[in-house]
Amino acid sequence: MSLHTLTLAQAAEKVRRKEVSSVDLVKALLVRIREVDPRVQAFLDVNEEDALEQARLRDRESPSGALHGVPVLLKDNMNRRGTFCSCGSKILNGYRAPYNATVVERLEKAGAVFLGRANMDEFAMGSSTENSAMHATRNPWDLERIPGGSSGGCAAAVASDMAFGSLGSDTGGSIRQPAAVCGCVGLKPTYGRVSRYGLVAFASSLDQIGPITKDARDAALLLQTIAGHDPRDSTSLPDAVPDYSKALEQGIKGLRMGLPKEYFAPGLDPQVEKLVRAAVEELRQLGAELVEISLPHTPYAVAVYYVIATAEASANLARFDGVRYGHRTSEPSDLLDLYGRTRAEGFGPEVKRRIILGTYVLSSGYYDAYYLRAQKVRTLIRRDFGEAFKKCDFILTPTSPTPAFKLGEKANDPLQMYLADICTIAANLAGICGISVPCGRTGGAGKPLPVGLQFLGPSMGEETLFRVAGAYEQVCRWDRNPGL
Amino acid sequence: MSTPSMDVRYVAQLARLNLSPDEAERFQAQLEQVLAYVEQLEQLDVKGIEPTAHAVPRSNVFRADEESSSLPVDEALGNAPQRLNNLFRVPKVVE
Repeated sequence: MSLHTLTLAQAAEKVRRKEVSSVDLVKALLVRIREVDPRVQAFLDVNEEDALEQARLRDRESPSGALHGVPVLLKDNMNRRGTFCSCGSKILNGYRAPYNATVVERLEKAGAVFLGRANMDEFAMGSSTENSAMHATRNPWDLERIPGGSSGGCAAAVASDMAFGSLGSDTGGSIRQPAAVCGCVGLKPTYGRVSRYGLVAFASSLDQIGPITKDARDAALLLQTIAGHDPRDSTSLPDAVPDYSKALEQGIKGLRMGLPKEYFAPGLDPQVEKLVRAAVEELRQLGAELVEISLPHTPYAVAVYYVIATAEASANLARFDGVRYGHRTSEPSDLLDLYGRTRAEGFGPEVKRRIILGTYVLSSGYYDAYYLRAQKVRTLIRRDFGEAFKKCDFILTPTSPTPAFKLGEKANDPLQMYLADICTIAANLAGICGISVPCGRTGGAGKPLPVGLQFLGPSMGEETLFRVAGAYEQVCRWDRNPGL
Repeated sequence: MSTPSMDVRYVAQLARLNLSPDEAERFQAQLEQVLAYVEQLEQLDVKGIEPTAHAVPRSNVFRADEESSSLPVDEALGNAPQRLNNLFRVPKVVE
């Protein structure tokens, strides 16, 4: 059996039983990466020597942590001491993290080995990974298509067995949408569940770190490892971390499943709708009770998001000015020239657009009309979910309205690109949790493309999500091999 | 909310971001389109609705007031494009 096809949990089990060594696992992935990544281009770099050295150290220890000796992949926006972290941007060219993100610390404590950095849309701004300043990543199912974004490198690597599991970040769907279009499981935890200390901030009231994995068990395993309070992130919540893997087996008998009519609106691809509706039927047969619900402010979510997220981004990205780290322009005449040219040279077009939009909606005279109004509509969106979760235990929607689109298809139309996140954005605005699981592949002409199903849960409702995802995975059989 | 009237060049200047003439023209058109889309928020009556700044509001979060170590100066300056002694070096600001 080829080791690279193992799940994260299986790999961990094999190391625990000493059937394989950590070095074996790393070597198997390195071989796979050499074979597949020239086509997929999911990685920004693979730390071969470093990963092997970490693995050798793990092999000398006696296995204790849940991920002992198991390689994991990080999106390029998480700091790991001594290694590069560029957020897919030229402006962080050469930057080496001087400290570890909390998630890195926790993975390390669990015994994980770090494999390298996954490609992403620059500063996590995008839904296709085409906005990376380094290169585009391809969807393993069809190399002409996008892997989703912004965590497209993570999803593409996991889907093509170049990584057992990974951590991405999700501000408006950046974990769930790439997971959906690549055929992975992707979880955006509740806002505050996972510390963002050491994650390069995009929109601080929306960002969360979460797993992109081959199955729900692996997502539970990774969340278990990274969740919990961290005094270094003041938004992290003190709630105890339950045993998520237990929830996988609990079944869903009696759970009320809410189906929001607004998510089945025109624009939804017919094949996606068919697969999602089939999943609804399967979940009913597993004992879930169907409840029709309404989230009336859904149509406003994308507009709210692009005001709030850009406003926060324009403030967060002010720190990239060429003074303390990263790129600095050559021979600046004065400080203003240093800022203006450094940022002009360092940022790509989408980041520039969003900084401008964010600066505008916060500027004097427009703040009330745009930013404050968007924050008020955000309240209405939160209330919608509050009302809905009185009637149901979880909500079911498509993750992405379409399967993966072609590279370049939306590159010159920012608004169309923004609408790719129409099903995922509201969860970030409301701060609730959501998971995307594969629910099949498209048929007909062209290559088969994975389709994702999204379950949304209330704040701190991750156990419910794992109950549903665990039960659904048992009945949804689909061929998850993209054939690379 | 009035008809979009953003002057991309001016706003970019506020953001300390130089734009080429080509970028300014392109972004102007694209962002006007985005603003026109955002205009739909005007349709909603938000009178009396409290704004949400954070989905999980927590305020006055303090850590324990205990002494702890921080990043050594040399490491904090490790990524500096230019440094002078223990400082980040930038072009002269005050004459």
